Amino acid sequence: PENLSIFDPVSPPAFWIRDLLYLVLGVAAVIFVLVEGMLLYSIFRFRHRESDGAVEPPQIYGSKPIEIAWTLAPLLIVFVLFLVTVRSVAEVRPSEPPKGAMTVQVIGHQWWWEYQYPQGFKTANELHVPIHTPIECHLLSVDVIHSFWIPRLAGKTDVVPNHPNRMWFEVQESGLFLGHCAEFCGTQHANMMIRVVVQEPEDFEKWVENQRKPAMNDPTVRAGRDLFLSQACVNCHTVRSTRAAGTFGPDLTHLMSRATLGAGVLANSPENLRLWIQNPAAFKPGCEMPAMSLNPKQLGELVAYLETLK
Amino acid sequence: MSAIPAALMPREEDWKLPSRGKTGMLCLIAAESAIFTIFVVAYIYYIGKSLSGPTPAQILHVPIFDTVCLLSSSLTIHWATGALRRGKSKAFLLWWGATLALGLKFIAGTAADWYRMIYHEGFTVKTNLFGTTYYSLVGLHASHVIVGLLGLLLVFVFALAGKVKPEHAERCEVFSYYWHFVDFVWVVVFTVVYLIGR
Amino acid sequence: MVSQSLPHAGPHAGAIEDRRLGGAGWLEWVHEWVVTVDHKKIGLMYIVYALIFLAIGGAEATIMRIQLAFPESHFVSPQVFNELFTMHGTTMVFFMGMPILFGFANYLVPLMIGARDMAFPRLNAFSFWMTAFGGLLLYFSFIGGSGVYGAGSAPNVGWWAYAPLTAKAFSRGHSTDYWTLALLLSGIGSIGAGLNLVVTIFCMRCRGMTLAKMPMLVWLNLVMGGMVLGGIGPLTASQLMLCVDRYLGGHFFDTQAGGSAIMWFHFFWIFGHPEVYILVIPAFAFASEIIPVFSRKAIFGYPVMVAATLAIAFLSFSVWAHHMFATGMPSYGNAFFVLTSMVIGVPTGIKIFNWLGTMWGGKLIFSTAMLFCIGFLFQFLVGGLTGIMLATAPFDWQLNDSYFVVGHFHYMLVGAIIFTVFAAFYYWYPKFTGRMMDERLGKWHFWLMLIGFHMTFDPMHITGILGMPRRIYTYEPGRGWAIWNLIITIGVFIQIVAVGIFVWNLIRSYFRGKLAGNDPWDAWTLEWATSSPPPPYNFAVEPAVQSRRPLWDLKHPDDPDWKYE
Ligand code: HEA
Ligand code: HEA
Ligand code: HEC
Ligand code: CUA
Ligand SMILES: [Cu+2]
Repeated sequence: PENLSIFDPVSPPAFWIRDLLYLVLGVAAVIFVLVEGMLLYSIFRFRHRESDGAVEPPQIYGSKPIEIAWTLAPLLIVFVLFLVTVRSVAEVRPSEPPKGAMTVQVIGHQWWWEYQYPQGFKTANELHVPIHTPIECHLLSVDVIHSFWIPRLAGKTDVVPNHPNRMWFEVQESGLFLGHCAEFCGTQHANMMIRVVVQEPEDFEKWVENQRKPAMNDPTVRAGRDLFLSQACVNCHTVRSTRAAGTFGPDLTHLMSRATLGAGVLANSPENLRLWIQNPAAFKPGCEMPAMSLNPKQLGELVAYLETLK
Repeated sequence: MSAIPAALMPREEDWKLPSRGKTGMLCLIAAESAIFTIFVVAYIYYIGKSLSGPTPAQILHVPIFDTVCLLSSSLTIHWATGALRRGKSKAFLLWWGATLALGLKFIAGTAADWYRMIYHEGFTVKTNLFGTTYYSLVGLHASHVIVGLLGLLLVFVFALAGKVKPEHAERCEVFSYYWHFVDFVWVVVFTVVYLIGR
Repeated sequence: MVSQSLPHAGPHAGAIEDRRLGGAGWLEWVHEWVVTVDHKKIGLMYIVYALIFLAIGGAEATIMRIQLAFPESHFVSPQVFNELFTMHGTTMVFFMGMPILFGFANYLVPLMIGARDMAFPRLNAFSFWMTAFGGLLLYFSFIGGSGVYGAGSAPNVGWWAYAPLTAKAFSRGHSTDYWTLALLLSGIGSIGAGLNLVVTIFCMRCRGMTLAKMPMLVWLNLVMGGMVLGGIGPLTASQLMLCVDRYLGGHFFDTQAGGSAIMWFHFFWIFGHPEVYILVIPAFAFASEIIPVFSRKAIFGYPVMVAATLAIAFLSFSVWAHHMFATGMPSYGNAFFVLTSMVIGVPTGIKIFNWLGTMWGGKLIFSTAMLFCIGFLFQFLVGGLTGIMLATAPFDWQLNDSYFVVGHFHYMLVGAIIFTVFAAFYYWYPKFTGRMMDERLGKWHFWLMLIGFHMTFDPMHITGILGMPRRIYTYEPGRGWAIWNLIITIGVFIQIVAVGIFVWNLIRSYFRGKLAGNDPWDAWTLEWATSSPPPPYNFAVEPAVQSRRPLWDLKHPDDPDWKYE
């Protein structure tokens, strides 16, 4: 099963937060045991017994020394916790980006993610990064507030329109790491998922090479291609080296290099692709992509074409 | 039954509590202040953040005279309540009327200014951030002035009918607190909008 | 002279016989309640109104839980789910929480300070009806909120309605307008009620009741009233701005025109955090009356309790941005709000310790009311500790907007507030109606509620740690969330049974409960000196007191409180 636990960090910010967690949990546990212990003790020790009849217990109105004691003790704890916290804040959110960091623009849309790489290409919903390399994400939103959260890599940072934010991570383990948009951003907030694929440097380079290529132009699917370009698709989607240059929806230039459709709602298979285009709302009710009324033949051609966008 | 030490049990006559009217008005003022604070903060934060013109400097005329009118009305209402307490109903009528007049002059001034900006300069809430914050803040204050004026008018009518007696002094005083508050808010608004923001 | 200065109900008091619902006179009966300005009747109306909304909000929660019980279920559509949590949160905070607490305050404060009514009875009625209409307006959106898309739609932007999701561009139709206007209305009602409380407490105290001799409940409601005056304003202001944006095309929160979404964050939480203390302080008030009586001891450290309350009220206006750690605040901002949020734990701790100090060395009687207060102590501590965890900014960067937060605040809002409210019902119901609530049903209610509560809200912390965000209408299997969510949902049904038993107990005891008499708990504050229910004028003779526990002085003339205060 996929694991999103903040207790299994694989990147420095998450490591540090996990360690802070242990400390705070420890302190809390001690306070918990002491105070609840006191509560339980008085429940059993001071319960009213028939034997001691109707006489009222001695009335005690308070005690200065005790009050002072249980004011100072917490103050002390708070002071310690505060210092620790401030230190880890500085650790996790350094004022300048870690050196040698690769910068990716992360752009939130209702309800999918756009990634712009320094190598000069765009992709969507699947963030590929090399292992052991600091990654700095510049967080921007084109519509409402989203929040970028991959629990095992780092804490979340809100993606706020008109208010650029930054966050960073440096993954120590290759593989797939999942996250969610964590700020309610409308109907499909639940299906605005994040997939981070961490690769060995050479695999990553291969991936970048492929992403930089213009779209495949395979003559055998000319029909589908013409159909795509004649449809409204082009108003919302980009396929580099064609006249499709829309930016409202995900870039489809290398659609087939992605494992999912619709920001993770369904696996990217020819069958699913067909169903998605037929009616996206079936998987993502309220989603911003309209159902394209295409007849089965057209659908077939279209999917055949999209299939070639490796 | 143990006897009660006199110290612990005040006699009826020296058991005094604050006046309900005044306490209530102070509470209302507290709540209103909270509302105005947020609007003022928003105004200050958005100074110079508009993406398009016009700027305050280009379009605002500083309402010196209206300001003088409004602030002096605080004095006149103070004299009015004083007069009423001393049972001088003529003087009360005069000063109360003066307050009303000064208030009317102020609101008339604002109205004229807004007319100019909206119809001649075409500057509205929609225009830009400055428009939004300006009309909201000044408008919020103006609405309070209007409420105050209605109160003043009501009392004035009663006074003309000779219905306002010295025993109403306390109530008029409570009302005057509100009026003083409205004036004070104007001092803040004026500073923020016409001195800092311009 | 003591006996004279102490109140008694006087003639024809406590007429529980003339308890006729329906029948011929039902129209007069309704009219009588609609036009009433009596603080007791208004208090009861607040309470009943709030109970109805507890049922509604709870029903909404239940539907959400059914949807979330299993991954990828299709019980409700995403649109409906988003309306459900928005309405649930808004309802529970503004139309269940505030009204029920105002209701008890309205009923009890004048009685406890020996007054005959609130300072401004008509304003009191006005405030109630404003709140009432606010709630009705909010729920009318289900019918009237229809936008360009036709069908009626309730607000669906979350109870804090972050900009710019509320802008016309992203929230079409009128659902958000209903939300805004409903909160504006009820906000006016709340300010009226808070003002009335403060003035009543300052200006209506009976002879001898100096500020230092007021019962804790009165003190805490005074503070609550003060916080309402300071805290609701920002909400009203930001709602006005939102109206300007939506109706007049303003740009306060319009990020396209240079407006700032962050401003709404600030404005909402400057209200929002004091709000949660506005809700919990009356809960403290109940505990501070009930725990001493059932420990048979005076409240421990009264002056410290008062000071701590004032400290909490003051600090609570300086911690709001702990809801904004993830918005990318500068480090000094983070540090400041980390500090204030943690420091507020100190006075809160003092209160917990003093309650324990009150129980310590007492003779605890475990009536249902006391049981609920003990549950409150237990859960409030836990909720506080998770609060402190969230206040450590980096921890919050992980868990903000996760189910851990949902767990934290339900520990406070349900585990603390709802529990003390139940305690208050069992404790003061006899005063309200002249009849006792059934203790056996009460015990069932308590234990089922306790089990249901922990089954529901404990696992939320775990799903949060496992990375489950809040406000999602569906989730994928195989993330280790499913089992916990199933447990949570089962817990809710146990809570429903518990609340159902409670409601049944309310209704049944009203007709068949055994008669209570003036002072069933052998308690010490003035409300127990008059009949149950109290006559319209509360006290035949204006009472006068010498200590915080006038009835204790009366019962123990040999050893009265005023000797020690
Ligand atoms: C009655 C309601 C109530 C109360 C009393 C509190 C009390 C506290 N809350 Fe809570 N909180 C909410 C209701 C409440 N909260 C709600 C509704 C939300 C979410 C809103 C939303 O997002 O929808 C929220 C969210 C929330 C957040 C934001 C989480 C997020 O969204 O990312 C934070 C972060 O700091 C926080 C912190 C605290 C703290 C530090 C306290 C402190 O006051 C707790 C103090 C108490 C104790 C600490 C325990 C007793 C103390 C001792 C025994 C002394 C010894 C202890 C120490 C020295 C630590 N709360
Ligand atoms: C005082 C406030 C309060 C209270 C009491 C509750 C009570 C409950 N809440 Fe609430 N909750 C909030 C305040 C509150 N909540 C807030 C502010 C939010 C945030 C909203 C947002 O994100 O915008 C929230 C969000 C929230 C969520 C998260 C939704 C999401 O993020 O997707 C969930 C999920 O389980 C939940 C569940 C529950 C449950 C199961 C209860 C249960 O305790 C309810 C139990 C009560 C009942 C079940 C009553 C029904 C009883 C009957 C019907 C019996 C018959 C009665 C009569 C006829 C009178 N709540
Ligand atoms: C009105 C704008 C619009 C039009 C027209 C449109 N799309 Fe989309 N498309 C979107 C949006 C927005 C998304 C992202 C949906 C989501 O994930 O929430 C999307 C997603 C997709 C995806 C999934 C991409 C991914 O990586 O998740 C595919 C494939 C796709 N569209 C193909 C098409 C095709 C083929 C057409 C034309 C027949 C088309 N779209 C027409 C807006 C549009
Ligand atoms: Cu994007 Cu939630
Ligand atoms: Cu808070």
